[in-house]
Amino acid sequence: MTPPGDVRVDVRGLRIVLAGSSVDVIDDVSFRVRSGELLGLVGESGSGKTTVALALLGHVRRGLEVAAGRVLVADTDMVKASGQQLQRLRGGEVVYIPQDPASALNPALRIGTQLMEVLRTHRQMVSAKGLGDPKARLEQTLEEVGLGRIPRLLKAYPHQLSGGQQQRVVLAMAFALRPSVIVLDEPTTALDVTTQRHVLDTVRRLCSAYGVAAIYISHDLAVVGGLATTLTVMYAGKVIESGTTAAVFGRPAHPYTRRLLRAIPSPERSEVLQGIEGQPPHPTRRPRGCDFAPRCPLVAPACSDGPVPVVSLPGGHLVRCLRTELTTGPDIREPLEISTSRREDRDTQLCVSGLSARYGTTEVLSDVTLTVGRDQCVALVGESGSGKTTLARCVVGLHTSWSGQVQFRGQHLPRSARQRRPQVLQAIQYIFQNPYTALNPRKTIGQIIEKPLHHFYPSSSRSERDERVARVLSDVALGPDFWSRYPDQLSGGERQRVAIARALVVSPELLVCDEITSALDVSVQATIVELLRHLQAERHLSLLFITHNLALVRSIAQTVTVLSEGKVVESGPVKRVFERPENPYTVRLMEDVPKVVRGEQQPRLPAP
Amino acid sequence: MATAPGITVPAPPARHHEGWAAIVRQAASLPRGRVGLGVLGLVVAVAVVGPFVAPHSPTASIVAPFSGPSGQAVLGGDMLGRDVLSRVLDGGWVLLAMAAAATALGVTIGTASGVAAGYLQGRPDGFIMRTVDVLLAFPQLVFALLLVSIIGPTVWLTVLAVGLSHAPQVARVMRSATLDVSERDFVKATELLGVKRRRIMAGEILPNLVSPLMVEIGLRLTYSIVIIAGLSFLGFGQPPPSPNWGIMINENRQGLVLNPWAVVVPAILIALLTIGASTFTDAVARVTIGIDRKAETGALPALVAGEEP
Repeated sequence: MTPPGDVRVDVRGLRIVLAGSSVDVIDDVSFRVRSGELLGLVGESGSGKTTVALALLGHVRRGLEVAAGRVLVADTDMVKASGQQLQRLRGGEVVYIPQDPASALNPALRIGTQLMEVLRTHRQMVSAKGLGDPKARLEQTLEEVGLGRIPRLLKAYPHQLSGGQQQRVVLAMAFALRPSVIVLDEPTTALDVTTQRHVLDTVRRLCSAYGVAAIYISHDLAVVGGLATTLTVMYAGKVIESGTTAAVFGRPAHPYTRRLLRAIPSPERSEVLQGIEGQPPHPTRRPRGCDFAPRCPLVAPACSDGPVPVVSLPGGHLVRCLRTELTTGPDIREPLEISTSRREDRDTQLCVSGLSARYGTTEVLSDVTLTVGRDQCVALVGESGSGKTTLARCVVGLHTSWSGQVQFRGQHLPRSARQRRPQVLQAIQYIFQNPYTALNPRKTIGQIIEKPLHHFYPSSSRSERDERVARVLSDVALGPDFWSRYPDQLSGGERQRVAIARALVVSPELLVCDEITSALDVSVQATIVELLRHLQAERHLSLLFITHNLALVRSIAQTVTVLSEGKVVESGPVKRVFERPENPYTVRLMEDVPKVVRGEQQPRLPAP
Repeated sequence: MATAPGITVPAPPARHHEGWAAIVRQAASLPRGRVGLGVLGLVVAVAVVGPFVAPHSPTASIVAPFSGPSGQAVLGGDMLGRDVLSRVLDGGWVLLAMAAAATALGVTIGTASGVAAGYLQGRPDGFIMRTVDVLLAFPQLVFALLLVSIIGPTVWLTVLAVGLSHAPQVARVMRSATLDVSERDFVKATELLGVKRRRIMAGEILPNLVSPLMVEIGLRLTYSIVIIAGLSFLGFGQPPPSPNWGIMINENRQGLVLNPWAVVVPAILIALLTIGASTFTDAVARVTIGIDRKAETGALPALVAGEEP
């Protein structure tokens, strides 16, 4: 790593408010990034990290305005810069890499046209920086991001490239002018682990090779930990902790950071995940004192008295907390007791054999075999496009063009849910990936949960159904006041609880969970997974748990099946597959998982 | 199902959440909604209260044909010397009732076929949409004229013809809205219960079509007024002696120089009615776009601050 150079980004006391009001979205945010350094800006949804990222480019979203502070980027104050100055700086000196490469590229233009646009717009800068002829520079940049050897790339349209290639094109666009500052806004969230690792390697290599100051925004602490030299943790629009990555991960001093680290599943150990109950405060309803106080386990009366000052710990480690004397020392999670009481000779609930499925003429699953025993959780993992969701949809009867056999309790199931008997439909329940589309926005939570009950028990009385709905709501830790709310009044985690309640209310035997935590924050994911584990044990459910998050598998499943390109490549007990993977594909998959390194070790990515 | 102790069952929920009533209320709070509703209300008031306050019988000749305004006839006389004011006051409600009935008919048929085509897909979709394509090949007024001229000008036939001529266009809009809603997971979740498709369309999909439906109703109402008035002007619709704003414009245009009020007043009322209805529809459309965006993006409470106000 090159030694840190001069300061390239200097944000001081940044405060962004809702236009024309004193409601702050961002308050008192300060950080500094030197050339060659990579700052990880970490926070969950709504913490204001993207607002800060955009401010670095001198942009505030409509309805917001900068009330105080300065944002110095390459010696220019982006808050005060004129439109002309901004135009020159953006794309040339400071670049932004958005989350979704597919929507960052114009689908109607060829890749070459889009790449040349950057170089043409900043023609003066290209010659000023001595980057040579734009055409030659373009070739060079593609080489740098690892796209050099793809023939006819420049003539291709974005949809002809894979997600990883698209993100590399965006990287090429960003690095084309050798910028001094680069802002990455969750650039790998949409990619699977292997592609993610390649893209991250590229980013790290380019940043250190050219002395770029990088700001990496993410909710994924594991990814940031392997990449960043310094970390800044945001909560409710404020910086609550900052320091070197080793310090923040090794000795997290803010209760929020500590809880957040506990919520991250580890692929190396089976541990109990601890989520953070509650929600961050809405900007208009922030408490007078510490924003985290209502959810904090260490809360003291003084915490709510007024603004909390920043405390300085050794080694430039800053934390906004009054209770730091209680938060020193490493924070260790309790290991998960693998319940030995479970019988090993389980009756088979679900048995899939020789299943092949197709979309049109494309075969997406071929000869898949899988069994789920009673009281057992089977995880199905694979990268995007591996066919794991299709398998789930075949099992529940949403996808109908398949051949092979799906047996449930020894009975063959017809292809389509419409041909299946009500008892089967009741016994197998499906939980959808996206909690935002899984609930009818025009119905109350009570109506949504009651619907399956009414359908399967048409002769039940209204009061019986109401009781059952109330009971299942409390089972998923939602109060009775949720009864009359509508889905749009709920957070993502609450919606997913409702979806779980809707599945549980009819007492199913098999739950098929399709990436049910992928749309949720880490702290919420932990609470949902713990809830599911708890319910599984209590109700003796069988679970088919589909995920691309390998670390999560370790915390919930007993058996894992790895799917690649529609084929089962490995399957076995979780401990065995994770510690001694046999198939080369599984080995690679395990290596690519970013891991949170706790304690004093130096964080690093696995060697390329 | 046994009773668990210590669980309280709360009162059943309030029924309307961003439903019809709330949308209308929100639309009426926008400036353009208020203007539209005001104009619409004024004309509707004239049409509804009019028959009770008309000074003369709408069919009695009381002054000389095309005589100007006088003490006896405030807005003058028409082609047969009948009181223009009385005919204006009396000639609105039939037009309004016909427009409302035609709209109801057209929107009902159009929504039923559009939702069925969008949700069932495959063969029903092909059949319904090809029929729609054929019907859409005829201009709406020509289609209505065709039906009316074959069977003869009666009120119910005009309503039927206008209603039917709306259906294909409504079906188009509702089909595309249905395609969008059917893709969402909550529809799949209901399918997985084994609920009948008819009930899924009525119970899960239709409530999510309130926004396009409201806009369609407003739009079709505006068109109905124009087409029915136009048919009356052309001599179809209500038979002549009865007062009707459309007929009045036609009857009295040869006397436009002698007594312009006999043409201008019904023309202004029709214009106001149309403008009012379309302005209010526009307000409804604006409100519903906002609601739909909120429902689809699933904005977290914490994220609201980042959204545009």
